[in-house]
Amino acid sequence: MASLRCFLRSGKNAVSAALRREFHRTQPAAVQVTVRDALNQAMDEELERDERVFLLGEEVAQYDGAYKISRGLWKKYGDKRIIDTPITEMGFAGIAVGAAMAGLRPICEFMTFNFSMQAIDQVINSAAKTYYMSAGFQSVPIVFRGPNGASAGVAAQHSQCFAAWYGHCPGLKVVSPWSAEDAKGLLKSAIRDDNPVVFLENELMYGVAFDMSEESQSKDFLIPFGKAKIERPGNHITVVSHSRMVTLCLDAAAVLAKEGIECEVINMRTIRPLDTETIETSIMKTNHLITVEGGWPQFGVGAEVLARIMEGPAFNFLDAPAVRVTGVDIPMPYAKILEDNSIPQIKDIIFSIKKTLNV
Amino acid sequence: MRKMLTIISNVLRGSASRNGARVVVSARTYADFTPQATFDIKKCDLHKLEEGPPLQSTLTREEGLQYYRTMQTIRRMELKADQLYKQKIIRGFCHLYDGQEACAVGIEGGINLSDHLITAYRAHGYTLTRGGTVREIMAELTGRRGGIAKGKGGSMHMYTKHFYGGNGIVGAQVPLGAGVALACKYQGNNELCVCLYGDGAANQGQIFETYNMASLWKLPCIFICENNKYGMGTSVERASASTDYYKRGDFIPGLRVDGMDVLCVREATKFAADHCRSGKGPILMELQTYRYHGHSMSDPGVSYRTREEIQEVRSKSDPISLLKDRMLSNNMASVEELKEIDVEVRKEIEDGAQFSTTDPEPPLDDLCNHIFYNNPPLEVRGTNPWTKLKSVS
Repeated sequence: MASLRCFLRSGKNAVSAALRREFHRTQPAAVQVTVRDALNQAMDEELERDERVFLLGEEVAQYDGAYKISRGLWKKYGDKRIIDTPITEMGFAGIAVGAAMAGLRPICEFMTFNFSMQAIDQVINSAAKTYYMSAGFQSVPIVFRGPNGASAGVAAQHSQCFAAWYGHCPGLKVVSPWSAEDAKGLLKSAIRDDNPVVFLENELMYGVAFDMSEESQSKDFLIPFGKAKIERPGNHITVVSHSRMVTLCLDAAAVLAKEGIECEVINMRTIRPLDTETIETSIMKTNHLITVEGGWPQFGVGAEVLARIMEGPAFNFLDAPAVRVTGVDIPMPYAKILEDNSIPQIKDIIFSIKKTLNV
Repeated sequence: MRKMLTIISNVLRGSASRNGARVVVSARTYADFTPQATFDIKKCDLHKLEEGPPLQSTLTREEGLQYYRTMQTIRRMELKADQLYKQKIIRGFCHLYDGQEACAVGIEGGINLSDHLITAYRAHGYTLTRGGTVREIMAELTGRRGGIAKGKGGSMHMYTKHFYGGNGIVGAQVPLGAGVALACKYQGNNELCVCLYGDGAANQGQIFETYNMASLWKLPCIFICENNKYGMGTSVERASASTDYYKRGDFIPGLRVDGMDVLCVREATKFAADHCRSGKGPILMELQTYRYHGHSMSDPGVSYRTREEIQEVRSKSDPISLLKDRMLSNNMASVEELKEIDVEVRKEIEDGAQFSTTDPEPPLDDLCNHIFYNNPPLEVRGTNPWTKLKSVS
């Protein structure tokens, strides 16, 4: 009985998601879809639409994906389109880039982006820079996707956030979805994009279910890159975030709303190109800014947002210095109490908002 | 009769060189030259192969003249690049290919233009054999807008149809090439990819990762190691525990080829191409060759090897001389004819050098272009927040 309660408490989202997955609702209105299923749908639809699209990576085929994102695809499309690779990231990332150069449209999965470091030369030097170096002769239509950032209890080598690393490089588009709609629309756009796209998912979001509008269920539903989304409008402070941290920002905003503080929560969706305009417009209304991310502070996503605001017209609208809420500047520890205190919690976000608002 | 023909042809040639037009010495061709000859070529060492390429190669007069012309063009172009670099008109990296001409020309002789090829940074020769012109290669070296990459790539980043560069990161081109081969197999077009790398790169881990996947998936890939005995300044004995580069593919069949003999390279390439196209998967070729220049223009090339060694290769194994001797001693061409080709080549190189030094540099508003393909125009931050530059596809 105790264990059941425990299970229900900790796995609230997962359980409710699982329950909802059992019921295949067919009404045309909004439907509950997990991020995992949204990603799966996106790949399925794009594989069907264009026969040049194929998926390669470790365990993507017969295992149905290490995180089950590619579940059912191998059964449907076979060995030619869904390819299991050996554990050789540098090799298979290079092969994927070469295939893209020669006319195919690969989706290269990294089991986590931590392993992409082994292949990062192929992502940057072979994929990102080639169109420029060839002065527009050789394009590279490839998607690199996989889970990014902290998970739960996987410790230092498996928890790094690469948004800032990839976001640094011209020639790449870097995308970080939060909701199921984000996942589906952005992944479809990524696959259809003729350029190298780094698609940063989040393992802890895979099992989370979201409402998906009727529009987003269409096979041609695309979300454009470079446009942030205002998930929650507000007047008092702009809260900019990406990926899983958006959930925490919304939770913090809900708590603060009870105290009369209305936060405008912006989901960045794209890291590169960064949508500065939406953030600036928001600041001109709220006069306050914080950024929230899971990654490390130094040279991070928040640092870039703040620098841009300093350099732009919104600076004059700030009533207080803009600040960043980030992961703690340490390698990720293992013990739960340590791990929990290594990434922003709702209380940290609330604290920083109140400090910025001087309340 | 012969004397009369000689007089006539001399007159024809004389008038031709005055006008600068190309003359077809037709009278002498039909009467005097051997249309084709068969040559013995060195046997290749084999690894995991029952039989290798044929021990003889048949060369037609046309092929011979074409190989001669192309090798001479590469040779002269590289020497001209040497000159321009010393005059500081070419800057940065410049890795010259003279001495290795038989590799590029022989390989191209064994495949089709519809096949694919990728190599590392010593790429000027391949850019030419794959369809680039002398003008656009040289203008790329000097960084002008008429360069094959509009001046934005430089020596190591030249591309043309079915030629994927020109790659600066040692070894990275090998997985790329296997990826191209995967695309060939996927699309079922019976094309293959030639994937080149050097003796220095041969120890790269990603190459072994590629051997594994190419073999597993039977990719139509010819791996070619251009062994010029030195990886920058490190001789092969000091870099590799095993210098049998044709065996390093382990489960991949391999052959070791005389890379100074264009016919040997051609036959080996044809053999390898047949292997790939028959669906047997990848194959590996080691071409034993030599570079006269140092690793790059900043390397005199004599601190780790002797001048005597360089001189010996030049006098005994020069690829252009080897072909020339073969053709002359079998009456497949005349000394004058080959000299004429030399003159034409020299002229083409002069023209290329002239173009490359007079063509203007790229315009500044090209600076930020070509970031993304098929993309609406975007704004790029300049060196300061007030400078916003435009970028189009």
